[in-house]
Parts: sequence; structure tokens; C-alpha cells
Amino acid sequence: MAELEHHEYDVIIIGAGGAGLRAAIEAKERGLRVALVCKSLLGKAHTVMAEGGVAAAMGNVYAEDNWKVHFRDTMRGGKMLNHYRMAELHAKESPDRVQELEEWGALFDRTKDGKILQRDFGGHRYARLAHVGDRTGLELIRTLQQKAVSMDIDVFMECKVVRLLTADDGSISGAVAYWRPTGEFVTFAAKSVVLATGGVGKSWKFTSNSWEGTGDGHAIAMWAGAELIDMECVQFHPTGMVWPLSVRGILVTEGVRGDGGVLRNSEGDRFMFKYIADMFKDETASSEEEADKWYDDHTAGRRPPELLPRDEVARSINAEVKAGRGSPHGGVFLDIASRRSAEVIRRRLPSMYHQFMELAGVDITREAMEVGPTCHYIMGGVRVDPDTGATSVPGLFAAGEVSGGMHGSNRLGGNSLSDLLVFGRRAGMGASDYAQGRPGGVTALDQTLVQQYVDEALEPFTRETGENPYDIQHDLQEMMQKNVGIIRTESELDEALEILETFKERTRNIAVKGGRAYNPGWNLATDLPAMLTVSTCVAKGARDRRESRGGQTREDFPMPDPEMGKVNFVQSQPSGGGFTGEIKIAPEPLPQMPDDLRALLEEAPK
Amino acid sequence: MSDVIMNIWRGDQNGGDFEQYSLPAQEGEVVLDVIHRIQATEAPDLACRWNCKAGKCGSCSAEVNGKPRLMCMTRMDQLPEGEPVTVTPMRAFPVIRDLVSDVSYNFEKAREVPAFLPPPRPEGGYRMMQEDVERGQEFRKCIECYMCQDVCHVIRDHEENKTAYAGPRFFIRYAELEMHPLDTNDRREYVRQEAGLGMCNITKCCTEVCPEHIKITDNAIIPLKERVVDADFDPVAWLGRKILRRTKRTPAEANVQPK
Repeated sequence: MAELEHHEYDVIIIGAGGAGLRAAIEAKERGLRVALVCKSLLGKAHTVMAEGGVAAAMGNVYAEDNWKVHFRDTMRGGKMLNHYRMAELHAKESPDRVQELEEWGALFDRTKDGKILQRDFGGHRYARLAHVGDRTGLELIRTLQQKAVSMDIDVFMECKVVRLLTADDGSISGAVAYWRPTGEFVTFAAKSVVLATGGVGKSWKFTSNSWEGTGDGHAIAMWAGAELIDMECVQFHPTGMVWPLSVRGILVTEGVRGDGGVLRNSEGDRFMFKYIADMFKDETASSEEEADKWYDDHTAGRRPPELLPRDEVARSINAEVKAGRGSPHGGVFLDIASRRSAEVIRRRLPSMYHQFMELAGVDITREAMEVGPTCHYIMGGVRVDPDTGATSVPGLFAAGEVSGGMHGSNRLGGNSLSDLLVFGRRAGMGASDYAQGRPGGVTALDQTLVQQYVDEALEPFTRETGENPYDIQHDLQEMMQKNVGIIRTESELDEALEILETFKERTRNIAVKGGRAYNPGWNLATDLPAMLTVSTCVAKGARDRRESRGGQTREDFPMPDPEMGKVNFVQSQPSGGGFTGEIKIAPEPLPQMPDDLRALLEEAPK
Repeated sequence: MSDVIMNIWRGDQNGGDFEQYSLPAQEGEVVLDVIHRIQATEAPDLACRWNCKAGKCGSCSAEVNGKPRLMCMTRMDQLPEGEPVTVTPMRAFPVIRDLVSDVSYNFEKAREVPAFLPPPRPEGGYRMMQEDVERGQEFRKCIECYMCQDVCHVIRDHEENKTAYAGPRFFIRYAELEMHPLDTNDRREYVRQEAGLGMCNITKCCTEVCPEHIKITDNAIIPLKERVVDADFDPVAWLGRKILRRTKRTPAEANVQPK
């Protein structure tokens, strides 16, 4: 084998969205040798698309807000499947993480007395989301990016990691990657590795996710011996664009509803009042009049049902469309035009205004938008220790969307940007401590394994004819949308698992054209194994969790099952084998919540 | 609907040529959709950079019919009907392959920016007024598509200027930091001497192509030029400072940290 480009670091961080950047900043601040490795250019990761805001109980708008209320909202939103310790750390630490961004140059919108302004979002009792108009993700990633650049952190851009490497004792030793611009391979040896690779949404047809959301981190973690939990819990955001078809799935921020927008069906009804689950009845308005008072004064009425957690709203929209009360292109209407002035809409929601004007020819200050559910986020992910982000593989850490536990079965809007900051920092600390506890050099990489992974990645070039990777991706997206979408049943899930095996066979027979330099067909061929592993985990989890809870909705088991609510479904690959290896799934009891935290959940809403 | 005809530049640093693709038109499509359809069928190795497909990340910049555009925000039905659509990579940067350019020049310039330097954070966080953050917020809308850099005459036609010239994207970054209510770093000398602000001759081409509609020339470059001229003798700069309601420390006092 020709000598490959090789680098050695204390810590490498895979993924340069919010979590990866925050982890890198933390590790660098602690004096470690750090590298960031990312599939796209720096600053283009999925975090950039986040719109509405970052949730943190700072109490700038409602002084009654505090970490205890945020903790309660998060646990209830997740239907109690959350890891209590993650929800606790998140609620306690997010205010400090948000304020820290201002030390690094962020400019949030302000209250009248000059504090950070906070907006309303679904499932949050108080206005809690720090924001910049509707481009909060851009502010967050740019701030972290500029901080990381000022610290001189090494960045390997457009560099895709295909596999992790472990040493004989099972601990992490490094990673194999290739440069997308050249197609040349590169190896990294490191004492610890942080996964911050984001989500999996590209396996569905209608998704808010970019091409990057292929579940790389979930898959390479499992292939290296880590465990995944609750992979069936996938969030379908209630409001994606539905028309024109080519933009179907693009996100419409929840901020539209937080700022007064309402959902109506084809008959003009504000239908959400019909869909208030018992769990939320006490704190949700029962009439339009009561709901409308709430926007100006949260003590004058209860919350509008449009601001129920995302899973509730998405299912309701789905039901309205199914009942024949949908909009012309198969969604429902999201109306802010009749409720707020054009000036307010343009100031508070500038990118929504442009997005609809330019892509759909719709002026949202005059007309209602057509919206429907779109695959958005995976709550499940790599099982981690809440305090350090450590996985079950020594030296391997995970933070952000790729990790599981924080959000339970359903994530509240705004809780992902705060998740990135809180747990990105913690994984950076955990990985640093681990690396510092291993003095001396890095472990030598297993060159036989490196060669095997390089050969596997290059295999599609060895065939004259074979499957087109785009065809497999297309078929996968159609199938996952149909069989493992927002509403699921056992027979369709069984069928999905069978079809996934045929996709794996087809993937082993891919042929690609052209050279290795910036070849998107080949790049997709190297993404597909991860997409198939992750899709299999989602379908398996969805089949075994025979209940409806948050981002897992079963037509054949429409209610939550209290027994199922006590377990995580844990998936792993005990005998290895990469994307064609066997995946084991088993329920395991949730961690026991201490009484003082449990008491917070039982407190009556004030 | 009739067919769309795409003339797409294919090649690398060793040269290339246009290749023509013809495919059925579909309602509501943007240029990037058509590129994706070509990738999925005829040319799986057609290189193009993209991420969000919603005008938020600035990855898919290219030249459509000779003009820098985000491919994801350029609707096919807004281009002249019945005529072939020409797509080429951004010209001011070296090509990697097909529609993908090597934009590393911009990342080098980003590393040269002297860092943001606020006073220590007080208990309870910083206080800033909305009207004081709005100027900076306009510049922080930048999605780093680099189309302003692509179209800037100073570097588009003069490769040799790149070492001494940061370009419009970084002039708005410097303006943002200069106008930041908390920043204590003074970069005026640096912007003049190292970032080549004087080379900009205010043709406003950058402003015209900005997909975020940032008034790069009027709101960033011109005020920045006013600030860097000799503060003691220039009435325009004096007036500018009055309008901006801020006093900067002198360079000697400030903790300037260029790389």
C-alpha cells in the first residue's frame, strides 16, 4: 500500500456544526492538540439552518422562568423517555452557554432594557428562545466558527470519515477518511474522538435535512462497538414547505407560530383545538379568544394549541389531511398574514418571507403558507454518559444530534441549539480529560484494517457495471417515507426490514463512473452504508416499541404503554460486520430519576 | 412543459469545456434541482457543492448565465424561456472540478482578522441596546457565499492582488467588529495596511450580487473608509464618529492582535 497522508492529535472532532465546534473550542482551551474534520466547508453544517432560537431559561422576558421549569417542559415534551440527568444539565447550563456566545461576538436581538430577547416556542412555558430574527443557527455557527478560527484550531474541510479504528483493547485509536476534492485517503491517530456528526434525515423523501444528514456518526459508532438508543424516535417537524414539489420539506420555523401564526384547514377552522391531549389540557387554551390573549400576556390566558410540542402538532396536521381537509397541495394553511402587520412579519421572520417569496411566489404578509410535516431530527442516537459524553467505547465521545437520551421521544424546538452548546462543551471536556489521562504518544493504527476500509470505499470503482447509487438512495427515501414515516404499523415495518436487506445487497454491487476527485456519485456510494445501518435501526426500534410516544407513532398501538415508557431500546452490533453485520436490539430500564427531580415534574403548572 | 437545455462547464484545473444536457422541465424547479436530476441520471460524477438548498448556507454559488447566483434560489422559470441555461463555477477562484471552486482564499483571509475583544462579562450578562446591535446584525446576515468576492474587480481580474486584499466579505466583517458595541480591538490601521481597503473603488458590484441584500458598499465599506482616514483632520470621519456615537481607543492603546 502506498503511504497514506497521516496526522496525529490528542483529540479529533468529527463534524463542525454547533456541537463539534463547541467541543473543539473546549479541548483547545484546555491546551490539547485538536483537529476538526468535517464533510463540508466550515460554517455550512446543518446548524446554519436552525431558525427560531436557542432555549435557555434566562428569565429575561418572564422572570418566573428558571431551570426547573425548563427541565419540566423538556421531560414532558420528551414524554418522559429523556435521560433525566441530561435534561437537568441542559436546563441548568444553557443560560451560561448562551451568554458565553456574546463574549465571542454574537449579537442577539434585545429586550428594551438591553438584555437578550426571548421568544415563545412550542412546549416551552415561558418565552425562552434567544434569537436573531429567524436566523439564529447562522449566528450560532458563525460565532463558534470565528472563535475556533481565532484559536487557530486545525480544520480538515470536505473530508469524510468512513470508519473509526480501535486498538486491541477496544479503545479508540483513530479514523480513516478521504478528502472530497481529491479522493485521496487520510488517516488520523488520536487519543480520543468526539462524534458530532448530526442527524439521519436524508433517508426520507421529505426532509429538512441537507445531503450531509446520512447518519455517518451513528453508523461508525455502532460499527466500532458503541450502543445506540431509541432510534425509533424520529421527529417530523409539523411545518415544512409542501409546494412546489422541488422544495417540499424545507423548514418553516416554529417561530411563525410563536409570533402569532395559526394553523387552519381547508374549511378555515383553527383545528388544533380538537387535538389537545389530556396531558396538556390543563395548560392549553380551550378557545380562540383565550389563546389570543396569551400572546401579549402569558398570565391572561393559557397557551394556544398551535404551540403544543411538535409531535402533537405534526400528528394533528396529518390527521386533517387524511380526513380530506387539507390544502390544495396536501398540507394545511399556516396563517400569519391575517394576524400580524406586514412590518412585524418582515422584521421577525425575514428569511421565511424571502424563502416563500423566492421559492414559491407566495407573499406571507398577504397570504397563508401551505405546510406539512417533514422529517427533521432524530432524538435517538449514541448512548452517552450525560456528564462527559463518553460512549461505551473507551475514548469515543458524542454530542449533539448524534447522541441520544437528552430529548427522550420528542425534542422541543430550541432545545437542539442549547443541546449543542451544553453537551458540545461537556464532550470536549470529557475527551480532553480522557486524552490527558493517557500520557505518551498515540496508539499505532492497525494498517491491515486501514487497508481494508480503503479498499471497501474504493470498491465501486472496480466494477464496469452495477447499481447507480442515486437509484438506491431514491428507493430508500421512497421506502422510508412510506413504511417508516410519521405513522407506522408492524406489517409495514417488517416489510421495511426485508427491503432494507435488498438495498444492502444492491449497495454491495454499486458501480461508479469518473475519477475520485469531487465525485458526488462515489461520495454517495460511501454514504449509503451508514444510511442503511441507521434506517435499519430506526425500523427495528419502531417495530419493537409497540406503543405511541413522541416521535414514534404506531397505528396498531395508538396509545402510550406505561411499561414501554420505562425502557430504552438499545441496539448494538456484538459481532461486528459493518453495514451488513447483524444488529441486536434489547430493552433496558431507564436510569432512575432522583426524588427531588421527580418532584419538579409533579408540581402543578403555575 | 418543454425541455430545459443546460450548458454546464465540466473540467478541472487542466481545462475543460461545456457539456449540454437536455431534460424535461418540472414546475417550480430551481437551477440546483436540475443539476441534481442530471447527477441522478446522466452524470453521477458532475461536481457541485451544496448543503441547505434554502438560501441559508451559501454553498451552491456558481455563475448562471454569467452572473453569480445561489443555484438553490434561482428559479428556472425566471430565466429566459426557451434559451439554454449556462452554468459555470465562480471565476475569481481556482476550479477544483466542474462547478466546484477552491475558495480557500476566503478561509485564509478569515484567519487574518484580529480577534473580537470584549471586556469581561459582567454578572447577568452584557447589556446592549437593539439600535446598537442592528448595524452589526446586518453584516452578520452574511452566509459566506463569496459571490461578492467573486464579482469584485480588484481580485476577479487581478490574481496578484489577492495577497494584499481581503475583499468585500471581510470588509463587512471588519465593519461589524468596528461597530460592535463591546469590541475594544482597534483594527483601523490593519484594515488600511494589511486588508487593502484602499484598493476598493466603490463600484458596488458586491452589493448588487449579495443574496442577503446587505448594503456592503454603503453601510460597511464607505463608513470603514471614513474611519480609517486620519481621525484628527478629516471632517467626514469626525461626522461619521458622531453619527455612530462611539469613541474608539487609539491604536496605541488598543490591544491589537493581528496574526
